[in-house]
Amino acid sequence: MGRLDTDFRAKRDAGRKLLVPYVTGGLTGWQDAVRAAAANGADAIEIGIPFSDPVMDGPVIQEASLRALTAGATPVSILEEARDLDVDIPLAVMLYYNTVFRFGHRRFAELLIASGISAAIVPDLPLEESVEWTRAADASDVDTVMLAAPTAPDERLPRICARARGFVYSVGLLGVTGERDTLASTATTLAARLKKITDVPVIVGVGVSNAAQAAQVCAVADGVVQGASVVRRLMDGGADAVGDYVAEVRVAIDAVASAAPVAVITA
Amino acid sequence: MSLMAEPTAEGRFGEFGGRYVPETLIPACMELEAAFREAWSDPAFRAELDELLRSYAGRPSMLTECHNLSAQLGVRVILKREDLNHTGSHKINNVLGQVLLAQRMGKKRIVAETGAGQHGVASATAAALLGLQCKVYMGAVDVERQALNVFRMKLLGSEVEAVHSGSRTLKDAVNEAMRDWVATVESTHYCLGSVMGPHPYPWMVREFHRVIGNEAKVQCADLLGGDPDLVIACVGGGSNAMGIFSGFVDSPKTALIGVEPAGGAAVGRGIPGVVHGMKSYLMQDEYGQVLEAQSISAGLDYPGVGPEHSYLASIGRAKYETVTDPEVIEAFQVLARTEGIISALECAHAIAWLIREAGRFQGQTALINLSGRGDKDVAQMMDILEPELAAGGH
Ligand SMILES: Cc1ncc(COP(=O)(O)O)c(C=O)c1O
Repeated sequence: MGRLDTDFRAKRDAGRKLLVPYVTGGLTGWQDAVRAAAANGADAIEIGIPFSDPVMDGPVIQEASLRALTAGATPVSILEEARDLDVDIPLAVMLYYNTVFRFGHRRFAELLIASGISAAIVPDLPLEESVEWTRAADASDVDTVMLAAPTAPDERLPRICARARGFVYSVGLLGVTGERDTLASTATTLAARLKKITDVPVIVGVGVSNAAQAAQVCAVADGVVQGASVVRRLMDGGADAVGDYVAEVRVAIDAVASAAPVAVITA
Repeated sequence: MSLMAEPTAEGRFGEFGGRYVPETLIPACMELEAAFREAWSDPAFRAELDELLRSYAGRPSMLTECHNLSAQLGVRVILKREDLNHTGSHKINNVLGQVLLAQRMGKKRIVAETGAGQHGVASATAAALLGLQCKVYMGAVDVERQALNVFRMKLLGSEVEAVHSGSRTLKDAVNEAMRDWVATVESTHYCLGSVMGPHPYPWMVREFHRVIGNEAKVQCADLLGGDPDLVIACVGGGSNAMGIFSGFVDSPKTALIGVEPAGGAAVGRGIPGVVHGMKSYLMQDEYGQVLEAQSISAGLDYPGVGPEHSYLASIGRAKYETVTDPEVIEAFQVLARTEGIISALECAHAIAWLIREAGRFQGQTALINLSGRGDKDVAQMMDILEPELAAGGH
């Protein structure tokens, strides 16, 4: 187990709701945005490694990826810059599988650890294809977060949770990343299904678009990922806008945490 | 066992293939696999599809012997006339199969990607015939160079969305169709247009195109008294090639040649990678970013290739060659002048390769899959060739 796993279980067990902002690596100001998020109450950061063909991403993160790639960002340059972040929370990368495959599984897992990254989220690497990567990741103590989707039959969810390290990423809706006016009902129903069967922290991401929606989600889940809403603020307003937003979401989900008793999980 | 048997349970041909898609789509891929397996072994489904292929698409497609071109090249040239199918290309074989299957699965809507627009037109056609809604994603560059097909799709009642991301060609249209499918998977079938994507698509699409090879095998036996020495097809994703190869892959005397554009040679210039749900040869940079293909032919403007082609290449059963845009433009004209056939730019790649390499195959017999007709390309060719024709060239 890596650092994300120990950290998140301890914080969750202490009754804290977990906040995971997403920042596209290589975007102008991205390191300052990570620092601002950490200083304003993030529990971990997802660093996006831009890919030429991001099929799980909507327009905002596509645009951010394109800007970063056009500016010359590569996985190597981003991981080098990550070493200088000096923040005191776990860092994860979110990337598409071809990036890992091209490097080689072991080499990539070792590079992550050497860069101060403790976890990886690979949205196009489902359970059935994950063995080679998770073997290498486990050997280097990189936590592999697994995704669970609203379409999964009941039979599939326990197998996903059994393979998840750090947290299980509960996909909030049928669709790609991006902000929505209202929270999809799938966001809380899937989180509730997962909470019933696992003691791995359950974090909802994709389509959770503001502080109020984050609070709605946290009434059921252990925490929330904030993606497009953070990246849009970074592109429009810079790192300070990200810091302000993370602080706002922090307050909203802390209110949920203090209102609800700590759930006791016996799974 | 045939070299073109079913893939493994994980959808692999050798090391290639698989199912690298977002978790949201995994149940849909599994459901599709089960539905296809069930339908494909149901004689009633097969009979319904066969009847549509016969009375609607116009199958069987015939063989044409090219006497003039044969005399010119010293190679006996036979064309498999997929260009004469309804909607003008081989794409209709796969689409009728998939849309029938979608209907059987209770889906109300299909989405499709298209490059040259031939798969989009075929999808729009089948959707109109079988009463499904249809939305086609097409790169903005292709919308421009294949304007006629865009209008045809609209005429057939489909919605066409121009895709402005990335290289604005086929690869980006696939991305956008997948994004749509992730959001609409409960009501929508993704009608993928080639032997690519996540399992079961490469296998299923090959099976729907097997009819090309099955017919050609029998037709060659009648015409030639046996198998040809060469079977040649152009390769974008690789569906028309897989269709015709399927008839001859187990015939050791027949060489199988896939022709890629020099600017989109996944097998020729690529290394194994993962995109669009599959592991296969892929044009990519040192960090795994997918490179943009560059070809005069919108239907072959794709940096990847179907995984079974990667497998056939890796075991040496099929050979993959490239031709350049100028060679294709020349071949397009040669076929028109010698045989009176205006071919699609895609299959003009196969013709171009044979014209260039004919010296090595004197006295042999070559079967070429003429995968589509050139109506859609005439406007583009007019821009390129008319100044030359007006100036009295040729
Ligand atoms: C006539 C024709 N041939 C070939 C292709 C390439 O597809 P594939 O390689 O799947 O046969 C296309 C694609 O648009 C086409 O229109």
